[in-house]
Amino acid sequence: MLILECPCCGVKAEETELTPGGEAHLKRCGPGSTDDEFDGYMFARANPRGVHFERWRHAYGCGKWFLAARCTATLEVFGTYPAQSKQPPAELQAKIKARRPGWEGWT
Amino acid sequence: MSTRLPKGGRLIDRTKPLSFSFNGKRMQGFEGDTLASALLGQNQMMVGRSFKYHRPRGLIASGAEEPNGLVGLGQGGRFEPNQRLTTTELFEGAVTASQNHWPSLDFDLGAINDRFARFLPGGFYYKTFMFPRFAWKHVFEPFIRQSAGLGRVPQARDEDRYEYAYAFADLVIVGGGIAGLAAALAAGRQGKRVWLIEQSAHWGGRAVVDGVQIEGLEASDWVKETVETLEGMENVTLRTRTMASGLYDHGYLLMYERVADHRPGDGRPRHRLWRMRAGHVITATGAIERPLSFAGNDIPGVMLAGAVRDYVVNWAVSPGDRTVIVTNNDDAYRTALALLDAGLVVPAIIDARPAATGALPAEARARGLRVIEGYGIGHVKGSKRVTGVSLCVQAGEGAELETIACDAVAMSGGWSPVVHLWSHCGGKLIWDEAQAMFRPDAKRPATGADGAAMVTAVGSANGILNAHEVLADAHRAAGGKGTAPGAVCGEESPMLPVWIMPQGAGPALRMKMWLDPQNDVKVSDVQLAAREGYESVEHTKRYTTLGMATDQGKISNINGLAVLSDALNRGIPETGTTTFRPPYTPISMGAIAGEARGGIFQPLRKTPMHDWHETHGAHWEPVGQWRRPYCFLRHGEGIHDAVNREIRNTRNAVGLLDASTLGKILVKGPDAGRFLDMLYTNMMSTLPVGKCRYGLMCNENGFLSDDGVVVRLSEDSWLCHTTTGGAERIHGWMEDWLQCEWWDWKVYTANLTEEYAQVAIAGPNARKLLEKLGGMDVSKEAFPAMEWREGTLGGVRARIYRISFSGELSYEVAVPASEGRAFWDALLAAGEEFGVMPYGTEAMHIMRAEKGFIMIGDETDGTVIPQDLNLQWAISKKKDDYLGKRAQERSFMASPERWKLVGLESLDGGVIPDGAYAVAEGHNANGQRNTQGRVTSTYFSPTLGKGIAMGLVKHGPDRMGEVLDFPVDNGKVVKARIVDPVFYDKEGEKQNV
Repeated sequence: MLILECPCCGVKAEETELTPGGEAHLKRCGPGSTDDEFDGYMFARANPRGVHFERWRHAYGCGKWFLAARCTATLEVFGTYPAQSKQPPAELQAKIKARRPGWEGWT
Repeated sequence: MSTRLPKGGRLIDRTKPLSFSFNGKRMQGFEGDTLASALLGQNQMMVGRSFKYHRPRGLIASGAEEPNGLVGLGQGGRFEPNQRLTTTELFEGAVTASQNHWPSLDFDLGAINDRFARFLPGGFYYKTFMFPRFAWKHVFEPFIRQSAGLGRVPQARDEDRYEYAYAFADLVIVGGGIAGLAAALAAGRQGKRVWLIEQSAHWGGRAVVDGVQIEGLEASDWVKETVETLEGMENVTLRTRTMASGLYDHGYLLMYERVADHRPGDGRPRHRLWRMRAGHVITATGAIERPLSFAGNDIPGVMLAGAVRDYVVNWAVSPGDRTVIVTNNDDAYRTALALLDAGLVVPAIIDARPAATGALPAEARARGLRVIEGYGIGHVKGSKRVTGVSLCVQAGEGAELETIACDAVAMSGGWSPVVHLWSHCGGKLIWDEAQAMFRPDAKRPATGADGAAMVTAVGSANGILNAHEVLADAHRAAGGKGTAPGAVCGEESPMLPVWIMPQGAGPALRMKMWLDPQNDVKVSDVQLAAREGYESVEHTKRYTTLGMATDQGKISNINGLAVLSDALNRGIPETGTTTFRPPYTPISMGAIAGEARGGIFQPLRKTPMHDWHETHGAHWEPVGQWRRPYCFLRHGEGIHDAVNREIRNTRNAVGLLDASTLGKILVKGPDAGRFLDMLYTNMMSTLPVGKCRYGLMCNENGFLSDDGVVVRLSEDSWLCHTTTGGAERIHGWMEDWLQCEWWDWKVYTANLTEEYAQVAIAGPNARKLLEKLGGMDVSKEAFPAMEWREGTLGGVRARIYRISFSGELSYEVAVPASEGRAFWDALLAAGEEFGVMPYGTEAMHIMRAEKGFIMIGDETDGTVIPQDLNLQWAISKKKDDYLGKRAQERSFMASPERWKLVGLESLDGGVIPDGAYAVAEGHNANGQRNTQGRVTSTYFSPTLGKGIAMGLVKHGPDRMGEVLDFPVDNGKVVKARIVDPVFYDKEGEKQNV
């Protein structure tokens, strides 16, 4: 039962208030994309043991989506940030790197 | 015999006798007794029979680790099986019954299994799987079904109530022994919000029984003082009868409070499930004593040494008159001394160690006790009760050297820290060679959201068995300032790990050495599993059922894995433990359900007309959290007749459908049109203001997800109708795309579903009815199909959509929810002369099927694309993109081989069973018939007087008139012809009047 702080309303939300949305920062592939590109967008998901970026919605709170960086092995939460982000904020990336020196970094 | 001693008993109040019954026999105990101590006080040592061999079973322990003492407790609505005698407090009038025997506890036919024990070895269940199928069906399954299950299933509805509670704390300390109390004291003084919980009804744990002195006081006095101090701290919350069931991610702790088990029916909730968020958890959960594995260690009268001490000191109950002690450590000597203090006889202390040289053995000797060093028990004599033990050399093979008559055996194989909570969330263990125990590895704790340790184990739970060190450890872990409370307790000399007694025991003895007395797993079973190739402790557990009983191996696991390690010739740490999983001890189903049962099992959503439906024969159908009338039953009418009547009336006069549950989502903003063009397969941005359009929504996989009528309200706002079950999901879907993908688009959404009451008025008389209400022009000329108008209808502000889901002339009228009921009543009153009648969801379903309209969830199942349903007309070819468009271009989606929508008519006019498959020639790789289609909707049409169906069929639309075979039950085959899915009014003349 995770606790994630919603970056929109500031509430430390319990997992029962949240709905999960899978991997964050996927790039949508629409018409015009190749079959491989579309397959990648539609079906291929990272499943790391370690640092992971994911989508959550504060569904039973403010209703806003947000993104979270979390360790899938220890459930350590490195931070949450707005859904309107093309990539994790630099400070967050630095924090993760400090906590997990072996992390390959944001790609 | 076991009996109540004339004096003593810290926990009982002899002035308050309580009566209870066991297997119909009236018995008496005292307030403060557990059921276990009360039964022992009445010489009832044998309390049940084992699961597999039905061997007599007596009490072994005095707490949560007890494997045998399980009874059916209570009667009627308060009956519950498998209640643990040792943790159930006695109350006046308790009715208990032993389990797992027939016809009686003393004489049991199932005990014959014991004679055939060699045919029921470890892995018996798995071995049965190797036999041919007929053996399973006719031999093993009946046998296993007969013997499966422990206790009786309650038959009556639970009379008690249960509740959830929520709490937050900086620190939760689990365990109210001296370690927990010392930790609470240290943390409480720092002002932290502290919770201290204890699973039993009493504070103090083992120290109060063991004669420890703390800060110059008897342990029990120190405990009393400390509890009073803690009660005086506002920031400290104390709860007894509260067990920490499991620790989960980020400090989420589930705690099970047995509020009123000891006073059933007093009006309070029976159990309370606490959902605690703890900043940090200290486990001060103590340790559990291990049995020794010697032949006959399962015979009633053989108990854990610590438990024997508990019964004597806490409840003034002697398990036996003559108790032999058998041990590999000093602690068991305390039991001998406690028995002496109570005036009981201890014929011998059998110590497996070559020499017993510590202070406690010295004291025992000084008090005249016979200490036999280097010896063990060869076997226990007796069947339903111990009558004696044979002595043998521990290092030998079990040759009998002497027999000692006794009626109880107190055994101690050392102590195992209770590491369950520590381990639940990933805390790791290390093997402590000297004490032969797994204990928490402080370097590898479970971690929390911040990556720091979430749990600290203290005291005996941390592998520290000396009271003075226990207090120091707890004080330090809680961040205590100054010196910890000090304790005086005897020094103990080292223990000697003993896993089998005697060491060289042959097969005959090993077959009688029990590891798990409830499930009947013996040393020989684990050794057999090892010989048969089981190396993993997890596999061995499942193969032999070791530790799978209701006590989850609290006393058996370590002994079992030591035996396994020995059989595999490797060290115990290499074998490791099985996984510790919540709950620590079983919790009631009632506590898990809490208040969520009956009428408040889940929220119920009601339309403004709900009460009218309720009083007019509504036969309810749950749709999501709504209740919708399936049909309205008139006096004496069957469901089928009611549905047919409603359809005929709608087709011939006029019907009313409460459509308020339909999702209504407002989408507004400069980019709303662009957004809806992405969401729907059709073009919504070009929909003129004042018009309605049926739209389809797909997910990114291309599959149909929802449908409904979209209404252009104004230049920048659209109202999207969704299915009843889809409103919240589609609203969330819209928000997902707006917030996460197109966040720069200026669009606002609002779910207005409950703001409006909506009524479909359908049938040839629909217009007459609205005209009678008056206020708006609903004529064919002024108000064509697929348009909407706003105005005042019969005095109520209304928005009318001229849309039809029934195929009849139809208007759907939305009014403010607060005026819904009045509007409904007005329609019924005004419509009387036109034959108005409400209809339910089933009539709606059948009428739409008669018209060939699809239904999300019937024609679609998450694998169907609009093209499968011949809905190409609703897919815009002008748009570059919409959600699902790219997926629909994939080769499998574009394949002409996909099954497509057709109508189906059985040749005999009957109704084809729902979900039936049409078979094709040949068989697939699994030897099953090939299929070529399936039924998606099927009804009896009262309009047409025959069965009608829709289905998906390979190349269906190209095969009109062909007859397909649908095999159904009992070898029967229904033959059905492929027809046009529009069965009724193909030209749409009825709705366009």
